[in-house]
Amino acid sequence: MRCRRCRGAAVIEVRRHNAAFCGDCFERHVREQVKRAIRDHAMLEPDDRVLVAVSGGKDSLGLWDLLLGLGYRASGLYLGLGIGEYSTRSGDVVRAFAGERGAELIEVDLRRDYGYDIPTAGRKGSRSTCAVCGLSKRYVFNRAALEGGFDVVATGHNLDDEAATLLGNTLRWQTEYIARQFPVLAEREGMVRKVKPLYRLSELETAAYAFIRGIEYVVEECPLVAGNTQLRYKEVMNALEATSVGTKTQFLLGYVERAAPLFRDGDGPPVELTPCERCGQPTTARFCAFCRARAQVLGERLGPAERDPGTERQTAEEMSSEVLPAELYGAGRAG
Amino acid sequence: MKVRLRNPDREVEVAGPRTVRDVLADLGINPDTVLVIRGRALVTREERLSDGDDIEIRPVISGGSGPGGTARPPEGSP
Ligand code: SF4
Ligand SMILES: [Zn+2]
Ligand SMILES: [Zn+2]
Repeated sequence: MRCRRCRGAAVIEVRRHNAAFCGDCFERHVREQVKRAIRDHAMLEPDDRVLVAVSGGKDSLGLWDLLLGLGYRASGLYLGLGIGEYSTRSGDVVRAFAGERGAELIEVDLRRDYGYDIPTAGRKGSRSTCAVCGLSKRYVFNRAALEGGFDVVATGHNLDDEAATLLGNTLRWQTEYIARQFPVLAEREGMVRKVKPLYRLSELETAAYAFIRGIEYVVEECPLVAGNTQLRYKEVMNALEATSVGTKTQFLLGYVERAAPLFRDGDGPPVELTPCERCGQPTTARFCAFCRARAQVLGERLGPAERDPGTERQTAEEMSSEVLPAELYGAGRAG
Repeated sequence: MKVRLRNPDREVEVAGPRTVRDVLADLGINPDTVLVIRGRALVTREERLSDGDDIEIRPVISGGSGPGGTARPPEGSP
């Protein structure tokens, strides 16, 4: 098999582009896809301060590598989830990556900074482990970005992650979530902009990129992932893709380019957000979903026992973690 | 040849010479869901593998809300 660009020996085949590439030309292909994603959706300004949510997996570390390579001011944020050996290894890998490149790494640790870890939260809270994990990540990323003066949070969601999430939301016609699933979410009061520069690249491509770049990443899975619904959706999409190449891409990019606007209007005015009385982060309730979940896990009471009308009306952002815990790092290690 | 599979880690012995495509088909693995690594380099599915080769088949699918999918291939993968 020959490289489409230089006719050298190919190392990777990208069937949906009907192309094979040598290592150098493949890196170029990946950079072009990322540049195009950034440009098409005005994700980043040249002098933005970017906070990359890194888990130690292929996607998030690959993304950090790409953004640094493209000249962005990109720092990493690693959230320690306290998932035993898996988290220990993820933290080591992320620190080594940052160290080698002299890149700034911000670390938050759930146990140290918030008093719980994910396995405990899964046992003690009312949400599933992955739901409380997703909620914790969303919260910590946003808060760390605000506190650190960053303009934007970048996550490593790839095409397969996004297609699987979209499939799940579509099967249930979760129109509110569909409307919010987009490669860029604009900033609003108390919430920084969020971008997914890898959404045009399949998981095979992000893995191959990390490998070819010599990035040491965690291949092992989070031990708590078992039975994850998104994984089943991925399997379905891959089965379709195997017999009908390009299905995944058409499904996701077709949504982004043509169908997304159809879902966006008609939602009425955006829900009003006010600061959480405990932590100050934006919420529709008195206390934000994170503070409520945390209080439940720690067995604390948040305030006077009066009924809180806001609890029933969470923002789509808060709710989406409970329905389909879309991994904030992308498919990569969440640890 | 020795073939190392991941998540969970295990090793199987496969007779060569055979193409990557055939080895994957025998193991019931969809080629779009794995990297195939010989020594320290990626190989495409047309590559011929021989008996002395050290191969790693590394899943690229990660499990949804997070990490790493099981390497279980969809039914009917080519
Ligand atoms: S699978 Fe992902 S979301 Fe679920 S607990 Fe593990 S790291 Fe968190
Ligand atoms: Zn080439
Ligand atoms: Zn709060």
